Amino acid sequence: MPEQDVCDLPGIVARWHGDPANLVQILRDVQESCGTIPSDTLDRLAKLLNVPRVRIESTASFYAFFHAEPHGAYEILFSDNVIDRMAGKEALKQYFCERLWLEPRKLSEDGLVYVDDTADIGLADQAPAMLVNGYAIPSLDKARLDLVAELIRARKPLAEWPPMLFEIPDNVRKAGSLTGEAFAPGAALSATIARGAEATLAEVDAANLRGRGGAGFKTAVKWASCRSAEGEAHYVVCNADEGEPGTFKDRVLLASHADLVFEGMTVCARVIGARQGLLYLRGEYRNLHEKLKSVLAGRREAGLLGQSILGEQGFDFDIEIHLGAGAYICGEESALIESLEGKPGKPRNRPPFPDRCGYRNQPTVVNNVETFACAAKIAEKGGAWFAAMGTPQSTGTKLVSISGDCRRPGVYEYSFGVTVRQILIDCGAEDAHAVQVSGPSGTCISFREFDRRIAFEDLATAGAFMVFSRERDMFEVARNFTHFFAHESCGFCTPCRVGTSLLRNTMDKLAAGKGSAYDMNEMKRIMHILRGMAHCGLGHTAANPVVQTMEKFPEAYERRLKRLDFEPAFDLDGALATARLITGRDDEWAHLAND
Amino acid sequence: MVFLTMAKTFILDGKTIPFEEGETIMEAATAAGVYIPHLCHHPEFKPHGSCKLCTVNIGGRLGAACTNKAAEGVKVESETEALNADRRSLVQMLFVEGNHVCPSCEKSGNCQLQAVGYHLGMLTPHFSHFYPARDVDASHPNMLLERNRCILCELCVRASRDVDGKNVFGIGGRGIRARLIVNAASGRLADTDFSVTDRAAEVCPTGAIIRKRNGFTVPIGKRLYDHHDIAEVPVAGIESPKK
Repeated sequence: MPEQDVCDLPGIVARWHGDPANLVQILRDVQESCGTIPSDTLDRLAKLLNVPRVRIESTASFYAFFHAEPHGAYEILFSDNVIDRMAGKEALKQYFCERLWLEPRKLSEDGLVYVDDTADIGLADQAPAMLVNGYAIPSLDKARLDLVAELIRARKPLAEWPPMLFEIPDNVRKAGSLTGEAFAPGAALSATIARGAEATLAEVDAANLRGRGGAGFKTAVKWASCRSAEGEAHYVVCNADEGEPGTFKDRVLLASHADLVFEGMTVCARVIGARQGLLYLRGEYRNLHEKLKSVLAGRREAGLLGQSILGEQGFDFDIEIHLGAGAYICGEESALIESLEGKPGKPRNRPPFPDRCGYRNQPTVVNNVETFACAAKIAEKGGAWFAAMGTPQSTGTKLVSISGDCRRPGVYEYSFGVTVRQILIDCGAEDAHAVQVSGPSGTCISFREFDRRIAFEDLATAGAFMVFSRERDMFEVARNFTHFFAHESCGFCTPCRVGTSLLRNTMDKLAAGKGSAYDMNEMKRIMHILRGMAHCGLGHTAANPVVQTMEKFPEAYERRLKRLDFEPAFDLDGALATARLITGRDDEWAHLAND
Repeated sequence: MVFLTMAKTFILDGKTIPFEEGETIMEAATAAGVYIPHLCHHPEFKPHGSCKLCTVNIGGRLGAACTNKAAEGVKVESETEALNADRRSLVQMLFVEGNHVCPSCEKSGNCQLQAVGYHLGMLTPHFSHFYPARDVDASHPNMLLERNRCILCELCVRASRDVDGKNVFGIGGRGIRARLIVNAASGRLADTDFSVTDRAAEVCPTGAIIRKRNGFTVPIGKRLYDHHDIAEVPVAGIESPKK
């Protein structure tokens, strides 16, 4: 059980080499050992790291998982993606709170337990799910929550909880070249050393590998540009901040195919001449951390990392794991680099791009987990082998994370070009009405478009595939996503900081039955400003769920509109809420009619 | 060779603007006497690119004039009806996310937020007010920190860090909860080494950081932007209009 007095600040700072660039990692360790990051800790850290306190506070107050107030010995965070809600999360959370006599977002009277929501934790195939002190528990039901409540009442340390609570099956339902074939660690590296760096780059080019994070930038172009960029050092960064709601394919790659990912990073290091690599693992995947560290240790022992890799003089490379702390924006590559440097995850002004000026302002390749896994396979088996799969513009395979209204949720590996209809048949979703492809920032498609294909030239995707049946209310799906974006906006630029909140407020207004056609136009106007003026992809796409569902499922909106022309946003009765709270009244005379 | 020494140029709203290699569109435009609306930009400080007011159309794509470098021959559009309408929306967003009460604000008439609002023809806040609860910090003997008026441009952050070498200010929190914080455990400005002579004391474009005991030395109606459009006096702290 975490206690306040066991926090060894000098030890934690020393473990991270006293380097302020590791501030996010230092704060994570402080919170794990102390349970909170109290205000005086910030001052002590400022002295130990020799940086202004204000800088430490900026970082500490940016990330959702850091908090100055105590959250008790057990911090419970329920995953709040729409998929969790569809699986009964709200009722289960209420059930759990009642069992423990709790109110959400309020530390229990005995200081033992705290319950709140958090953004999707990468377990949509096993929803609803939650984090207990950062460790994921999937497939929640009343029986499992009863058990958790008992363990908390008995004050059992997390380490002594039944391991079956934390078991997370991969749920690979359709395997392919990444998830189904055996991979001998070192195979891609020996081939790379034999072939040479330049020829390996040529293979990645011939493979026409494109980034799996969703944007589809050509990997060989990125690597070549970084390789030719001048700098004191080159870095390889693996983006394992898989935060897009509904996506969980990297979870599976890291849990069961980590060697493939690390080997892909090492191949990249050989090509660009890097000596250091970093894997930025989202905080929600804390449960994978130890296992990944042991894979790295195994690779060092086998001569696949460290000095003179596979006996090759001058081929030195090692990988360090950094953990995130609850910030979706860190999936954006320049925000991720800021976070790796110990700062709030705010996207940089670009250009320059990371291939020229990345981690510590040096040339850096940032690729998705799946991209590195593909790169390892290409290094092993050649570009032509890879390019033979998929379509000419979208070669290879794609891992798709399927969740929602289907009988067989999980990870499916397809050759690019597969139709949505085929995927729906495979996962048992005959009743599908809509699919959210690539998460809230992606594309919502209706049943009229199920012949579209998963490919960069049609439906580009980072991997999420959330299925909604006829019974689902697509307005509520979009509303959940607007809350997500408002929560995750970094706040740097005006359009996204304010625009995402305006969208959320307008959707809530419609949900409360106070909307009109005017509000629909307003949301379109805000979308236009976000697309044109926001600083990064989060803002550019934040209005997509609203605008696309409005267009494709207008009836979901229209039946909520009170009037077709205008409805005031000011809520007379709502304005009295504070007065009611103060006076403890809730009788009919304490309310005003709004009509 | 005459051609080698000729300055490079780009086209801004049909006008030829010379620039030197490495200059941003904003820098080149300002040097040529052309105003592009902005709030977080200040020529003395490193470009920030957060308010997005200076968004222009650069050869077909939108980008901030303060962070995008000028390039030979490129066509840039700024003074279009559509862009100014979007800028007006941004200013309205800044108004509703804070608590701005111009008639009772000492900065009224010298405030760049207000002046940009005038310039863009903003007549109402348009969006619903957020009415956030924000702290006012009157602890410092000479300076008032009025967070209700803060637009998060980070000019004070940059001035204190890069010019004063003090790091008095920073941004805490995230998203709509982002807020100006100061370098003290108490959170009070009085407990920092902030001084009235700091550069950071005079860069605030709004009334968020203002001098105490200075009220109404110039009456409302006789202040800078009561008589000049911000396009004529775009730079904070320069009190005389540029000819």
